[in-house]
Amino acid sequence: MSAAAATDESDTTATDQTKSVTNVLEVSDLNVRFGLGDETIWAVNGVSFSVHSGKTLAIIGESGSGKTVTSRAILGLLPNTAHVTGSARLEGSELIGMSEKEMRRRRGPDIATVFQDPSRSLNPTMRVGAQIVESIRLHLPMDRHAAKKRAIELLGLVRLPSPERRCDDYPHQLSGGMRQRVMIALALACQPKVLIADEATTALDVTTQAKIMELLLDLQEQFKMAMIMISHNLGLAAQFSDEVLVMYGGRVAEYAPTKTLFAHVQMPYTRVLLDAVPRLGRAAHTALPIVAGGAPSLHQLPVGCAFSNRCPRAADKCRTETPPLREDEPGHVYACWFPIADAIPVQASR
Amino acid sequence: MSTTPLLEVRDLVQEFATRSINGRRQVVQAVSGVSLEVRVGETLGIVGESGSGKSTLARAVLRVPPPKSGQVFLEGTDLTKLDRRELRRELRNIQMVFQDPFTSVDPKWRVSRIVGEPLRAFAIGTREERDKRVAEVLDLVGLDPSMYSDRYPRQLSGGQCQRVAIARALVLSPSLIICDEAVSSLDVLIQAQVLNLFERLREELGLAYLFIAHDLALVNQVSDRVAVMYMGKLCEVGPSDDLYLAPRHPYTAALLSSIPDPDPFHERVLTDQWISGEPPSPVNPPSGCRFRTRCPRAEARCAAEEPLMHDIGTDHQVACHFPLTPQEADELVSTISTNASDDAGEGALEP
Repeated sequence: MSAAAATDESDTTATDQTKSVTNVLEVSDLNVRFGLGDETIWAVNGVSFSVHSGKTLAIIGESGSGKTVTSRAILGLLPNTAHVTGSARLEGSELIGMSEKEMRRRRGPDIATVFQDPSRSLNPTMRVGAQIVESIRLHLPMDRHAAKKRAIELLGLVRLPSPERRCDDYPHQLSGGMRQRVMIALALACQPKVLIADEATTALDVTTQAKIMELLLDLQEQFKMAMIMISHNLGLAAQFSDEVLVMYGGRVAEYAPTKTLFAHVQMPYTRVLLDAVPRLGRAAHTALPIVAGGAPSLHQLPVGCAFSNRCPRAADKCRTETPPLREDEPGHVYACWFPIADAIPVQASR
Repeated sequence: MSTTPLLEVRDLVQEFATRSINGRRQVVQAVSGVSLEVRVGETLGIVGESGSGKSTLARAVLRVPPPKSGQVFLEGTDLTKLDRRELRRELRNIQMVFQDPFTSVDPKWRVSRIVGEPLRAFAIGTREERDKRVAEVLDLVGLDPSMYSDRYPRQLSGGQCQRVAIARALVLSPSLIICDEAVSSLDVLIQAQVLNLFERLREELGLAYLFIAHDLALVNQVSDRVAVMYMGKLCEVGPSDDLYLAPRHPYTAALLSSIPDPDPFHERVLTDQWISGEPPSPVNPPSGCRFRTRCPRAEARCAAEEPLMHDIGTDHQVACHFPLTPQEADELVSTISTNASDDAGEGALEP
């Protein structure tokens, strides 16, 4: 498959740039189908990417684009109705098809996640410190006392004010931002190699969002973690990621280093997403550049390009033939028959 | 402008009595003395973090529940002085669109009934006339009545359902629509569609909006004027251009600096420079300026004396003892990229 070939090439370019970069997580040709009675949902179709140590990959897409399903497939958190094929290798060992028992040992020390809604992912009946202690002792040989000490240390690390006192609080006594800090402390408890932040800041206020993202970047540097940041906000990706993977209809639409992507958007869908980001300084009452319609149905694999029914550039070829992933510039992969070749760089001059 | 504003709010106060964990009575000061106006045909944006009182303010305007004190004028009529029947008649002119389209409509009703309900509630027209009006507004929000009238909310996407909620708000031909985070739960592309719909309706029907959201970039791009709220009080009110080109209140600066810039070539501004810590409890708001506990510019005077709203430019007011100087504002603005207005590459989409 061309997707696999493309990934190989992008790897070589990545190594060219910085010699020490290693792929911590390598996903190739990942497919996820859900069987619901006689219906099939084609949630993820042939997705390949790699995450480098100490780097951040942003997976961007609308709801239903398959970004969360991709991350859950890697974490082995999908329900039994999911049929997963393909490969996701974490430092060489295959995660897809791993037994639940083995996967449980991996989640935490190898790969951890921070979910969107901190109030729903914490146990409301347990003190936050105890939740972290539980997670530490599950994976590391530490006694209660040492684990508690470590928990307080972690809460301090995520900059929760007065961690000694706060670790005896219940989740409802904390604000949304503080709860998300606790979630991050929980995810970091066993120093994972890969951290998946699934819309980790979406439910938070803008000022809190900025602070949590800054915190995540700091911690990433400290622990040399690889990070996958899942979001629908291209603005966040621009500021906080090294590479961007744009998904649409369960497929890769465009995949490139962040700066390359923003300077030379090729896929019209990425362009449309970028134009829709709310911006300062647009005069009131100007019409936004938009596309009609909603996200594609995943009940069947679309014939042709999934975006063709909304795309302003679509031609007949787009509706009949699926565009393969191509790579004109090294490291910049996209699936489009009619790319915006001469796109004006987004970079501003003011 | 000497004309009467469409909506005028004067010194509005809203408080809620609650009990703390140990049963002690306490008062949450949700809105503390807010005055603002929405002019005919304009969009006034209200921006603030969760808990800043922006939704409470909107609801107090509609008297659900009635505010503790303060006055609300709709086209010069003081709503606080009306009896129930008169109030009901006046409030027809203000309609609301909420954040979550699915929880703001009855899941067991068909679209036609949801949209037609306000007409029935006010006993307007015959059945045929009502049906005709429902079809009309559905058409107006871009939903084909023949296709969508008989659907249930669960058969709609989020964007379509929000259109239904908008149709319901329009059916009584109001002059003001209050949008309370009306596009916040939608995907960016659907969000842009709905924003354009609001814009078209404004043009066609001469509507005014009170547009509430937590995202300053979003509010800025739809509003003529923007009011920034923090812990129940207004910090700064001004034309939306002034607010991002010449912000004067440190909290506005903090909000501006935390917007993720969709341009990777721009260096990130660190938010810590403008805001620190967590919001204090609304039960015991700080004395003086409520932002002082998180403000990098706070001095002794901020704790002792409450800053009052004062004019600082044309149509531009700020409540701060030590507002940013125009130079400091310029410096901040030059670090946050405002490229965006150029919208580079937009035309590139055409084949």
